[in-house]
Amino acid sequence: MAPRSLDSILRLRLYIAGRSPNSVLAESNLRAVCAAHFAAGHELEIVDLLQNSELAARDRVIVTPTLVKMSPAPTQRLIGNLSDHQLVFSTLAAE
Amino acid sequence: MKPQKAAPAPSRRLTKVMTGIKGFDEITEGGLPRGRTTLVLGGPGCGKTVFALQTLVNGAHSAGEAGIFVAFEESTQQIVANAAIFGWDVAGLEKKKLFFLDAKLSSADVAAGDFDLSGMLAVLAGKARQMNAKRIVFDGIDVLLASLEGTTAERREIYRIRDWLLEMGLTGIITQKAGSPDTDERYGFLQFMVDCVVVLRQQLTEGSAFRNLRVVKYRGSGFAGDEFPITLTGEGLQLTNRGPTELTYPVTDERISSGLDRLDNMLRGGYHRASNILISGAPGTAKSTLCGLFAAAACERGERTLYVSFDEGASQIVRNLKSVGIKLAPHIKSGLLSMYSTRTRGPNVEDQFGALRNKVREHKPHCLIIDPLSALSTKLSHLASADAAQQFLDFLKIEGITVVNTSLMDGLNTDEATATGISTIADTWIHMSYVVQDGERNRALTIVKSRGTGHSNQVRELTLSDNGVTLTDVFVAQGKVLMGVARWEWEQEEEAAAKRVKVASELRRLQLQLAQAEAAARLQVVQTEMDAREAEIKLLADATGSAKQLLRTDRAVLRKMRHADEEIRARRTIAGDTDGDVGRV
Repeated sequence: MAPRSLDSILRLRLYIAGRSPNSVLAESNLRAVCAAHFAAGHELEIVDLLQNSELAARDRVIVTPTLVKMSPAPTQRLIGNLSDHQLVFSTLAAE
Repeated sequence: MKPQKAAPAPSRRLTKVMTGIKGFDEITEGGLPRGRTTLVLGGPGCGKTVFALQTLVNGAHSAGEAGIFVAFEESTQQIVANAAIFGWDVAGLEKKKLFFLDAKLSSADVAAGDFDLSGMLAVLAGKARQMNAKRIVFDGIDVLLASLEGTTAERREIYRIRDWLLEMGLTGIITQKAGSPDTDERYGFLQFMVDCVVVLRQQLTEGSAFRNLRVVKYRGSGFAGDEFPITLTGEGLQLTNRGPTELTYPVTDERISSGLDRLDNMLRGGYHRASNILISGAPGTAKSTLCGLFAAAACERGERTLYVSFDEGASQIVRNLKSVGIKLAPHIKSGLLSMYSTRTRGPNVEDQFGALRNKVREHKPHCLIIDPLSALSTKLSHLASADAAQQFLDFLKIEGITVVNTSLMDGLNTDEATATGISTIADTWIHMSYVVQDGERNRALTIVKSRGTGHSNQVRELTLSDNGVTLTDVFVAQGKVLMGVARWEWEQEEEAAAKRVKVASELRRLQLQLAQAEAAARLQVVQTEMDAREAEIKLLADATGSAKQLLRTDRAVLRKMRHADEEIRARRTIAGDTDGDVGRV
């Protein structure tokens, strides 16, 4: 359970598996969406499951890449390499 | 992207992993390939998950091998709950030997592009190392694959799993739905990339479901490729077609009463202990009554007894048997007798035999009654159920349980042939039939066969009354068996005839006596007459004698007189002529 932040800052956690093609793509896609829409302020934590596999249990991660939006509410999960920027943006911006 | 990766050459000889599924380890000569991947295919409800989980549980229990269960389709709670049905201590094992990963994708998750399983596999690798796991199950992988975009991605992930398994040295089971043309075409490639393929299939025969298992492929190993019936028992999945291929069980010469003295006599002492007795016959031929007699007799000997009935409630059976003087209620109360009634329809035959097995283990009876076994055998046209019946009867024999089962003959044309084939495994076969004659139906009992004992070849009439059950000799007259009233009439007639003969001979005796008396009487008359005659004769003789004497005397007198006369005459002659008459005399 991610602690809910009182401020409206966008806090994201991206789970990847090393330098696999989807992992690399997901990271670059996410950075691009954030730069375009959330430049004002966001926090991004990247978890490499090849390094820290035990952290997957925290957010019940099954597939990689998985992006978890922890705040603001509602929390949301996206799976895949985030190639659909429009979908990523609308999901993260949803209130 | 065409997968070019060749499977790494096996570095060591193929060893196997026991699944603990009864029968499966036998047909695969030891179980699943160690360190390889086995694919379990099947439609919904075939037992794929049970197969996989049972292998894990057995590994943890018997081999001390830790296992991981990755659930793509059901939640892990559901799976643990389902496992509880089989009495597997999953919760206990979960602490050290089993790990469940809930890999069900949430429907709320937003899919935004291609993904893969490398993250999950990394997680599992960490877990496997930590637990020193040897076995892993990917249950319902098709669910996950379906959320991938395109078959290429699907294949890529399957190969990823396969290679990961090889790298980890884990024995893997992947289960996947099959059966529809769509899935078969889509995931057919799976069968080529794994080392062992097991297909589970459910089929309907006459409205009843049967589950079958077939090993389709097994690289580097021999296997039995037949389709085998499987059963979900209280202990999990098992192949039905197993049990002792060599029939060895202790046999005994001990005889136990059938509950009917005359039947015991016909069998030269009763049923053999631990044998199985088939009572066949049309409805209403008192098959259940014979069962009841056996049950009551067993309980009176103090033996635990289990009475299994189909489609007829226990209390109804108890009441019906009471009407012919068989009292079961006290034995039920004392706990010696256990009644188990169930419906014929419902679970499939193997499952029903599984349930019966559990009942037997629970109650531990010496004697068992199944009335009617053919309730199960309406489905016995299917080979599997005949197998199941045989397995069950073998099991009873090994346990030393004497079993009396009945078989319903439907229709009158079946005569003495049971369609079930149970008759071939019955040690003693008693057939009950109706003899219809002179407007009545009577029950006839014959012993068709009895292994290891001499037996009467005679037909007996079985009669039921408030006082109980009796077997009566039947009469054979003019080539016909007489029963019921005809028999009674015949008996009456015989009695009357005997009476007639008796009276007639008495009459004759009297007549002769009379004749004799008459003759004697006549003899008396004659004798008397003779006496009279004799007397007469005597009298006559006497009379004659005296007459002669008289005559002689007279003559003498006469002569004397004549002499005198002569003297006179002479005198007269001398003196003149006298009377002439005197002289002529």
